[in-house]
Amino acid sequence: MSPTEAPASADATLDGDTLTVRVGGDWRITQEHPDWHKTVAGQEPKRVRLSGRELGNWDSSLALFLHEARSWSEAHGIALTMEAVPDGADKLARLLGQKTAPPAQQLPGLPDLVTALGAATVKLWSEIKDLANLVGECTYSMGRFFRGQAQFRWRDCFSEMQQCGAMALPIVGLISFLVGVTLAYTGAIVVRQYGGDIWIADMVGLAVVREMGPMMAAIVLAGRTGAAYAATLGNMQANEEIDALETLGVSPIDFLVMPRVVALFCMMPFLALYADCLGILGGMAIAAAPPLNIPPNLYWAEMQTIVDLSDINTGVIKAAIFGLLIGLSSCWRGLQAERSATGAGQAATAAVVTSILLIIVSDSIFAVIFNILGW
Amino acid sequence: MSPSAPPARGQFAIEVTGLECRYGERVVLNDVSFTVTPGEIFFIIGGNGCGKSTLLRHLIGLKQPERGSVKYFGRDFTHADRAGRQELLRTFGVLYQNGALWSSMTLAENVALPLELYTGLDRRERARIVALKLAQVGLAGCQDYYPVELSGGMKRRAGLARALALDPAIVFFDEPSAGLDPITSLKLDELIRGIRDTLGTTIVIVSHELASIFDIADRVVMIDPGARGVIAEGEPKTLRDSSPDARVQDFLNRRGEPVGQQGGLNP
Repeated sequence: MSPTEAPASADATLDGDTLTVRVGGDWRITQEHPDWHKTVAGQEPKRVRLSGRELGNWDSSLALFLHEARSWSEAHGIALTMEAVPDGADKLARLLGQKTAPPAQQLPGLPDLVTALGAATVKLWSEIKDLANLVGECTYSMGRFFRGQAQFRWRDCFSEMQQCGAMALPIVGLISFLVGVTLAYTGAIVVRQYGGDIWIADMVGLAVVREMGPMMAAIVLAGRTGAAYAATLGNMQANEEIDALETLGVSPIDFLVMPRVVALFCMMPFLALYADCLGILGGMAIAAAPPLNIPPNLYWAEMQTIVDLSDINTGVIKAAIFGLLIGLSSCWRGLQAERSATGAGQAATAAVVTSILLIIVSDSIFAVIFNILGW
Repeated sequence: MSPSAPPARGQFAIEVTGLECRYGERVVLNDVSFTVTPGEIFFIIGGNGCGKSTLLRHLIGLKQPERGSVKYFGRDFTHADRAGRQELLRTFGVLYQNGALWSSMTLAENVALPLELYTGLDRRERARIVALKLAQVGLAGCQDYYPVELSGGMKRRAGLARALALDPAIVFFDEPSAGLDPITSLKLDELIRGIRDTLGTTIVIVSHELASIFDIADRVVMIDPGARGVIAEGEPKTLRDSSPDARVQDFLNRRGEPVGQQGGLNP
C-alpha cells in the first residue's frame, strides 16, 4: 500500500560453521520476494541462524520462505534457529507441514474402447430405465388426473400453453415459410426438366403437410420450449424446490411435469397446422414468381388433387406425439439435473439433443407404420 | 515489524461518509457514515431486511451509491477511475454467504485464480500458496476436491481461502454463520479471529448472529429499517447494557414485542 516500502531481501553470510540469513524489507505476495534455495545455494553449514531484525511488513510470502528454510534444514540435518521472526509468520509456516486430508478421488483417464463401450451401455440402460420410470409415473399421474385426484394446476397448464403455443407462432411461422420457399426452389430444378412446373404444388404441399410442417414445429419447440423446461426444472432441483414439493407431499410429476407435457401435447397439433399453412404459402410465393409463374389459385387447385385429409391427419398425429416426446424428455432431463450451477445448463443441452433424437426416430417409425396402414 | 497492509498513523481502514443507497426510487439507506480502524473486527448488524447486505454490496463496489463515498486507507473507492478501482479491489477479499466457489473448478483452481490474475508467480509458487491458504482455513490437502464434494462449512472455509489468496488488508464476510451448526459456527469465529491476530487483517462482518457478535466483535454498527440508516455504533456489550435506544437494547438482548402483536399466532 505504502509507496515507502523497501523491497524484500534475504542475505546469507557464512561465519565458520554457522550460516546467518538476514531477512529484511517488506514482504509481499504480489511482488518479487527471495527464494530460500537461491539464497543458500552452494552453502554447507552445520547451523543456520535466521534473523528477522530488519524485517518490515510481511505476509504469506514470508511464511513460505520460513517453511522452505525449515524443510531444507530438516532434509540436510542442520540445526535452525530463528531470531526476531514474527510468531504469526512462523505459525503460518508450520501450517504447511501439518497432516493433510485424504486426497480426493481422482477422475480416471481415458478408458479403453471396451471399458468405454461397457460404460456407455450401462449408462444407456440406466437412462432407458429412468425414462421408462418417468413414463410410468406420468401414466399413473394421468390416471389420478382422470379420477380427479392429481395435484394438477390448470392455471400452470394454460400458462405453459401460451408460452409454447401462442408465443412460438412467430418463429415457427418464419421457419416454416422459409422451408416452403427452399422446398419450392429445390423442387423446381427437377420438375422443370420434365416440363411439369405445376407439380411443384404437389411436391411442396405433400412434403410440408406430411413431414416438414410437424417436424419443423417440433424442432423449434425442442430448442425453444424443451430447453426452457429443462433449465427451469434443473434450477428448481438445485434450489431444492423439488425436494420442498416432495416433503409437502406434492408429486413433482403431477405438479410440474404433467402441466408441461399436456400443454405441449395439446398445442403441437395446432402449431403443426399453422406450420403447414405457412409452408404452403412459402411454396406458393415462389411458384407465383418467375420462372415458374404459376397463379396461386391454380397452385391451390393442383395441391388439392394430391393432399387430402389423411395427409393432414398423419401430420397432426405425429405432431401430438412429438409434443409428448419433447415434454417428457425435457422434463426428464430437468429432473435428472445435477445440483450445481452447471447442472441446469447441461440439462438444457441434453434436453434438446434427446428431444431431437426422439423426434427423428419416432418420425421414421411413423413412416413405416403409415406405409403399412396405407395412409 | 508488522503483518501486511500498514496504514499511515491515524488512517482508517474504511471510511464511509454520507452514503445513500437506493433500489430504483426506493431509498434503502440514507446518510450512512462510520469508520473502521485497521486490525479491527467490525460487525454491521440489524434485523432482516434492514439493508445490511445492500450496504455490503455498496462497500465492495457491486452497486454504486447515489451519494456519499467509501474510502479504503484514505483512497476514494467510490469515485476512483478504472485503474484506481482495480487497484483498490485488491485491498479487500470477500467471503460470500455460501462460499460462491466456482463449481467447475477444484479448490486449488478456485484459490489460485486471483494469484494467476494479479501476480506473476509461477505455477509451483502458486501451488505452494494455495496449500498454505487451504491449511490456514483448516482444509490442508483438499486441493483436488470440487465444491460439490464439500459440506456447507467447508465451502465457506474454501471461500475464505480464496478471499485470503492475495493477503488482502480487509476481508468482508456476508452472513458467515448463516445455516451453520453452533460448533461449526464457533470454529469459523475462531478462524476469523485467528486471521486477524496472525495477519492483522481488518475484518468486516455482516451478520445478526448474537453469539458471534458478542464473541468476536470489537465494534458494531447497527442499521435500522425504520431509520434507514445507522442508529448505534460502539462495542456490543456496552450497547447492550447501556444504549439509550430501545431498538438497540431489544435487538442485542433478543427481546421484541409479543408475537401476537405482529399479526402472527398468539400463544
